[in-house]
Amino acid sequence: MDLDPEDVFKDEEDGSDNEFFQQSASSKEYVVYLVDASPKMFNTTCPGKDQKDETHFHLAVSCIAESLKTQIISRSYDEVAICFFNTREKKNLQDLNGVFVFNVAEREHLDRPTARLIKEFDCLQESFMREIGSQYGIVPGSRENSLYNALWVAQALLRKGSIKTADKRILLLTNEDDPFGGLLGAAKADMTRTSLQRAKDAQDLGISIELLPLSCPDEEFNVKVFYADLLGLDGEDLVQFMPSAGQKLEDMKDQLRKRMFTRRIIRRITFDITNGLSIQLNTYALIRPAVPGAITWLDSVTNLPLKIERSLICEDTGALIQEPPKRFQPYRNENVKFSMDEISEMKGISTGCLRLLGFKPLSCLKDYHNLRPSTFVYPSDQEVVGSTCIFIALYRSMLRLKRFAVAFYGSSSHPQLVALVAQDEVAKAGVQIEPPGINMIYLPYSDDIRDVEEIFPDTDDDAPRADEDQIQKAAALIKRIDMRDFSVSQFANPALQRHYAVLQALALEEDDIPETIDETLPDEEGLAR
Amino acid sequence: MARNKEKLVLLLDVGPSMHSVLPEVEKVCSMLVEKKLIFRKNDEVGVVVFGTEETNNDLTKEVGGYDHIVVLEDIKVVDGDLIDTLQKLPRGTVDGDFLDAIVVGMDMLIKKYKDIHKGKKRLCLITNAVHPIKDSLEGTKEDQVETIAAQMTAQGMKMESVVVRGRLSQDANKRIMDENDRLLSIFSKQTLTRTVYVDSPTSLLGALKTRRITPVTVFRGDLELSPDMKIKVWVYKRTQEEKFPTLKKYSEKAPQTNKFATHQVKVDYEYKTVDGASKVVPPEQRIKGYRYGPQVVPISAAEWDAVKFKPEKGVKLLGFTDASNIMRHYYMKDVYLFIAEPGNTRAILSVSAIARAMKEMNKVAILRCVWRQGQQNVVLGVLTPNISQNDKLPDSFYFNVLPFIEDVREYQFPSFNSFPVSWQPNEQQQKAADELVQMLNLAPSGKEEALLPDYTPNPVLERFYRHLELKSKQPDAAVPPLDGTLKRITEPDPELFFENKSVIDALRKHFELKENPKLKKSARRLLREKPSGSNDEDGDADVSDAQAVNSIEKALVVKIEKIGDLTPVQDFEVILSRRDSPEWVGKAIKEMRDKILGLLSDSHEGDNHLIAVECIAALRKGCILESQNHTTIFCAILTCIASRKE
Repeated sequence: MDLDPEDVFKDEEDGSDNEFFQQSASSKEYVVYLVDASPKMFNTTCPGKDQKDETHFHLAVSCIAESLKTQIISRSYDEVAICFFNTREKKNLQDLNGVFVFNVAEREHLDRPTARLIKEFDCLQESFMREIGSQYGIVPGSRENSLYNALWVAQALLRKGSIKTADKRILLLTNEDDPFGGLLGAAKADMTRTSLQRAKDAQDLGISIELLPLSCPDEEFNVKVFYADLLGLDGEDLVQFMPSAGQKLEDMKDQLRKRMFTRRIIRRITFDITNGLSIQLNTYALIRPAVPGAITWLDSVTNLPLKIERSLICEDTGALIQEPPKRFQPYRNENVKFSMDEISEMKGISTGCLRLLGFKPLSCLKDYHNLRPSTFVYPSDQEVVGSTCIFIALYRSMLRLKRFAVAFYGSSSHPQLVALVAQDEVAKAGVQIEPPGINMIYLPYSDDIRDVEEIFPDTDDDAPRADEDQIQKAAALIKRIDMRDFSVSQFANPALQRHYAVLQALALEEDDIPETIDETLPDEEGLAR
Repeated sequence: MARNKEKLVLLLDVGPSMHSVLPEVEKVCSMLVEKKLIFRKNDEVGVVVFGTEETNNDLTKEVGGYDHIVVLEDIKVVDGDLIDTLQKLPRGTVDGDFLDAIVVGMDMLIKKYKDIHKGKKRLCLITNAVHPIKDSLEGTKEDQVETIAAQMTAQGMKMESVVVRGRLSQDANKRIMDENDRLLSIFSKQTLTRTVYVDSPTSLLGALKTRRITPVTVFRGDLELSPDMKIKVWVYKRTQEEKFPTLKKYSEKAPQTNKFATHQVKVDYEYKTVDGASKVVPPEQRIKGYRYGPQVVPISAAEWDAVKFKPEKGVKLLGFTDASNIMRHYYMKDVYLFIAEPGNTRAILSVSAIARAMKEMNKVAILRCVWRQGQQNVVLGVLTPNISQNDKLPDSFYFNVLPFIEDVREYQFPSFNSFPVSWQPNEQQQKAADELVQMLNLAPSGKEEALLPDYTPNPVLERFYRHLELKSKQPDAAVPPLDGTLKRITEPDPELFFENKSVIDALRKHFELKENPKLKKSARRLLREKPSGSNDEDGDADVSDAQAVNSIEKALVVKIEKIGDLTPVQDFEVILSRRDSPEWVGKAIKEMRDKILGLLSDSHEGDNHLIAVECIAALRKGCILESQNHTTIFCAILTCIASRKE
């Protein structure tokens, strides 16, 4: 019986890697997007693709729309609320002015993203002015403070659940670095003070507030004017929050998108450098195959989920049995039996930590030394003070000497030799492309490597080799079809896109399934030229 | 699959200079036979040892010579006795002649199979080749080897030579070794011989392939450079993980007297409704539901079939790009090998030309692959050149899968330069680290690279197969510990670390580590970064912590309706967050006020004051949170408390 989902994204022998991206309900994140909808967000534009200008508001909204689509696929247990401030209309439980909580039917304000939310949010820009409207909420002579109200509403939305089981975040998107700039004297001081206090109250409750600043073309967003205090930033932290002025839209989009996710550690590990010198590392799964969610079997009459009951039947007697305590392997005409304990004892060959064995030049890491997606490793001083310092020293040595470390990673289910390859930080236009750290590459054992001699057919003669002329012709061809700007992961997975387009259409009971584009098809006209 | 039956003769050097590695030779050879017993029961194996005191082989009887070579086992279908023989190889007393042994092995294969089974006949030689072979009666040693090599090729035999050298043969005569190496290289050049040099017992275990898997193509067809430029290629797997064997469930139900009992267990699945009736739903009434956020969308197989992504089979080039654009850590999977269609000279030359040009220009190719018709996804990946070092083997490509946008998590990490000075290594520390990275060298020039993946066996599998063999004889045998040879894979080499003791000591001296004194267990929860529940592996302490917290949470949520004495603040927060009735907020605030007042009045010499202050703080937070109206209430309570105090 095919208990497994139709493994669209698995190749024949794919196994264990796929659970990496599946999220369980126990590590939730609650996010409130707090989007400035002031006229300034609509008046400021930045050059987008095809020379068309886009407003900051449009940029903010489309980034959120994108992140919702990612979230419903990979982290659908996370809950989200979308809240605009500096609006003409108001809609919030506290009935505060200038704040509008956007929501759709069959959904709490802070809830898991649904197909309907994504769809209606996609169309929001057309109706925004009509239904929500943009209006400055902080004006001289009025006691209204829309920023204060917005933080209050966001904090109230995040009342749900315990801080112990969920990360609570407010993501504030604005292009106004001086929200009280239009006020004077006591009114300004007062509003500044109350807003800061409100933010601090939220932070005291374990809610983190993050700012996603949008810079105007002629003027850099100056965090120091107001927001540094609100976020509690100082010194080095400040640097990270300063995007440069006049950034291209695409870069700003990248930056927003990256900041919308928080890092999740897969696990903490200990790295034994030598006896008595063990540092702490965190590992992150930065690259894992995204797969469609698990399949639930339903009763087609009621559309209710079915439970699957597994029963074990003794083939000799037909009796129903409990999970047997033993396993066996037929060998030398008998059944050699193993207890479950014995099996885990055989597999448990190491203490679970990462042990340094030595170093090799990078040229020793061959293209065929690979089995699974790599894991990113970054140091932490949280439990062992001094870890980061040693890590950075070894990291810099490896980079400079062009060497990688060989280590044994003794996880109990999959003990393996690994290559630890230092990766220098790469940034382009203020956006980090490659984070600094070490990538852990899982090495094959000899058992996992096929002999090429077995693959190539037997022959008595030497294999033909291309001559210099032929190589030159090939070189000319390579020059003609050069993708200078290729970067890894610039293509969307057409199968996954299709899968979710179909699901979204069916979930919303639409008749037409939207066309999805397969970006991976080569440009055949271009190639022909 | 009789056609694929392998006929193998093991040629094992057991002379005195080999004694130190014979335990490993015994292990690797018995493992080879053991795996055949499980996976390739019909293979046939013979065993020849050389360097023995005695002589016992056909050739010596028929033509004389061929001394000190003993046929321990004639070629036969693998059985348990073979393992027993291999586990106690005789210790020889004379220096053996490997060429004589090769001839004896070939003679056995020729006599038994004549010239059938081409390509399935193999010789496997394990020697250190440090002793000279006998001079030939006619012609040079080279001539002799060439004649034998020609015969080997004519008979369709392959050979695998594992030459044990380096640390394991330190005082051998260099001139003789060089001569022997030259002779062995003739085999590599003229026949399908794979010669492997190993210098540690560990790589000896890995150097001999103990399980042969018949290669199967993943794809046969065109590599489309453009719509009108195509190369015929075959694609194989170059690496594929050999997993721990899936053991069968054992049923003890059958009576012990039943000799024919299989003891197998059948696993049966039933799909039942979740309502009280628990009715079994027949297959035709089931439908698959796909998750989309909180919704589950039912889609029938036919419906899905009509709309799903259906790419055409084919391998297409998207373009070439600089090798530096593809970082190594983006490789997602095990590795494929692209070879030109065998026998197709044009294809072989095209692959060779492109591979060599790519190598020269430092380029890689990006491909879009759909391996077979009906596959429901496409694979995007990188093709890299593999220039052949062996004249017999054509040039080829390696291929690995690259991630799509959806597969990448673009997290940002702080730049190391942005860290405070105390986290940055100083000059001495950097020097100590440099020294370590340089000196703890696993690939010193002129020596064998230690822990080369190609020759490093999987210690878990080694252990399993050894234990299996042991248990077949002693059913209650305990799992043996990893022996020293396998520990070289899981633990640092004590010799290497001892040689570099000064470097390691310097490192220890320059870096100081200490437990973070400020860290309390509870503090961890407040940190933003936390382990996700989607742990791929087991036994993570943090996960169990989280679960513990979860269960406590649940208990609180269910029970608490009153503020108790033990944890008044938490109780208050829980009640406040109850949303099943609007009355809870008022109740919580009122209870908290009473609690605070109670605490203050019951206080002896201020022992309750600290708790009271915490309660007041919590009350303040709670009031602010609820609404402005409640803030006024808080002020009123505070005034009330203040007045009581006076």
